[in-house]
Amino acid sequence: MDTLPIFVRDHAEGQLLPWNRQVEGAEQFGVTLAHVEEVALDRGILPSRYQRNRKALSVTDQLTLFRSSVAVIGCGGLGGYVVEELARLGVGRIVVIDPDVFEEHNLNRQLFSSPDNLGQAKVKAAVTRINAINPAVTLVPFQAAFSPENGAGLLGGCRVAVDALDSIQVRLELAQVCNELKIPLVHGAIAGWFGHVTTQFPGDDTLQNIYHSWKGGKGVEEILGNPSFTPALVASLEVAEVCKLLTGQGTPLRGRQLMIDLFSMEINIIDVCEGTRES
Amino acid sequence: MNVTVKLFASFRTGRFEIESVDFPAGTTVADVADRLKLPRTELGIMLINSRHVKLDRILAEGDTLALFPLLGGG
Repeated sequence: MDTLPIFVRDHAEGQLLPWNRQVEGAEQFGVTLAHVEEVALDRGILPSRYQRNRKALSVTDQLTLFRSSVAVIGCGGLGGYVVEELARLGVGRIVVIDPDVFEEHNLNRQLFSSPDNLGQAKVKAAVTRINAINPAVTLVPFQAAFSPENGAGLLGGCRVAVDALDSIQVRLELAQVCNELKIPLVHGAIAGWFGHVTTQFPGDDTLQNIYHSWKGGKGVEEILGNPSFTPALVASLEVAEVCKLLTGQGTPLRGRQLMIDLFSMEINIIDVCEGTRES
Repeated sequence: MNVTVKLFASFRTGRFEIESVDFPAGTTVADVADRLKLPRTELGIMLINSRHVKLDRILAEGDTLALFPLLGGG
């Protein structure tokens, strides 16, 4: 009797496994699409959907991504794009945490929002979307507010956390929980035409440094709002950081804060501890 | 005392990008922010000569002060 590894080998075309064969394998052997994906990747066979990843990521990298779990805290402007890009990249398990439902003022920028799902939980819409675009990856939704009390439980087993929150206080709490769990935190924040990104490694006080002047309340986003393009950009930068952290390549923004000004089209890098490195 | 002030992001709106300004001796970062009508609650990263500083830092002749707004949206 054929086994799944033999099925995958026999149906690969030039080391690529077409989607219809992945579906067929899952049905024939009564396993999940995720399981077929792992069996293929483990044998050096790439699901065809990832073929354009190949120049940037090896099959081994793709397997590493598939076996990784990433937490995304916040599923609004930043979080929607982050979850979408992680799923298309092939991260095998994505935990998404957000207590809110979609409202009309989200429609200008939040990827998973639409007139049809106003009032629906953001994390539920994320599940629907990810099942539609890449059902081989697993989305774990938590309709809850992140807090120091539930944080360790929600992030358990995750290799990286992504900050897509809209509260500075909760961002600082998240940074502390990540340090307690010894996992890196990719941080992004936006307001109007402006944003910044950095990565806190375990043991670093990156977010405390960035927000040392914060006394309470929101940042200038309260005045400037958030147009569509700023979250898309900052979320993409965050996902690039996650990809490097998971696959152990490239140079992450450790100790460096990337400051983005889309109005003047300027990017500056600030040393998180020392100040400006480049400008 | 001459100080170079650099403003970033939304702080440039209705103000300037970079300007050389005369301040009396003893002027602090907070004084500069007040003079430029930058609300304290909007201040994020503050640098003098590329080093992080706090509001009570006193400026010196020839310093370059850079001010960024506080961003927290997601």
